[in-house]
Amino acid sequence: MLVAIMLSASIGDSFLKRGMEQVGAVNVHHLGLLWYALFNPYVDVGIVLLIGFFATYTAALSWADLTFVMPATAFGYVVIALMGRFWLHEQLSLSRWIGILLIVGAVGFVAGGPSRTEHPELDHMDAGAGR
Amino acid sequence: MRFSPGVHVGSAILFVAALAVLGEVMIASGMRQLGDLDDIRESRGLGGTIVAVLTNARFVIGALCMALNFFAMLFALSIANLSLAGPAIAALTYMGNAVAAKFFLRERVDRRRWLATMCMLVGVVLLTR
Repeated sequence: MLVAIMLSASIGDSFLKRGMEQVGAVNVHHLGLLWYALFNPYVDVGIVLLIGFFATYTAALSWADLTFVMPATAFGYVVIALMGRFWLHEQLSLSRWIGILLIVGAVGFVAGGPSRTEHPELDHMDAGAGR
Repeated sequence: MRFSPGVHVGSAILFVAALAVLGEVMIASGMRQLGDLDDIRESRGLGGTIVAVLTNARFVIGALCMALNFFAMLFALSIANLSLAGPAIAALTYMGNAVAAKFFLRERVDRRRWLATMCMLVGVVLLTR
């Protein structure tokens, strides 16, 4: 599920970016383009992936702490940077490579620990209020 | 009273980050209140799970905050450079989430998670510069 969170948001953003490049610049005088954008297949795939991201992110929060899931969302930046490097052949500076290593390290740190803080008494009260 | 452009930009960035933190904390709180969605799906099916999520007040408030955050972000980007607003909002949101998770969600944010948050924060700033 965490892998789905990492990939769906960044790939969804990339599809949206690709689609909006085809649609053209949207400004106050051309708001109608937003409606036109909905018929672009890249935009549609991007929207589906972002809905998938939100669904998996929400589901992950039902069994894991926010501070456990958070690094997975940051990992999206790494995916975008690596896609830029290996798919679009962009140059990555040394500082960006250091950034990638730091985020990968952060994911590793958190993934090695427990996914959820247990609060039996709070969970019991919440369950009663939520159902 | 007139404020300098720097104050406007700083306020907009703080507002966007605050909305993101509020939204994520409310969604996380709502999900904790509901419990594991897989368990709910076993008893009520997929439709019942979706209804349970969409009728959870905390989740709805959180989702509204995230929607508002999206439009606030558009406004912030109209008055601030992306190279400033992007890293600043991401860093403030991650730090705010960690603090809010500790004090409002009562998560055990131990040394490992603080270290991960700091690495993530510096990493995101370096990547988005």
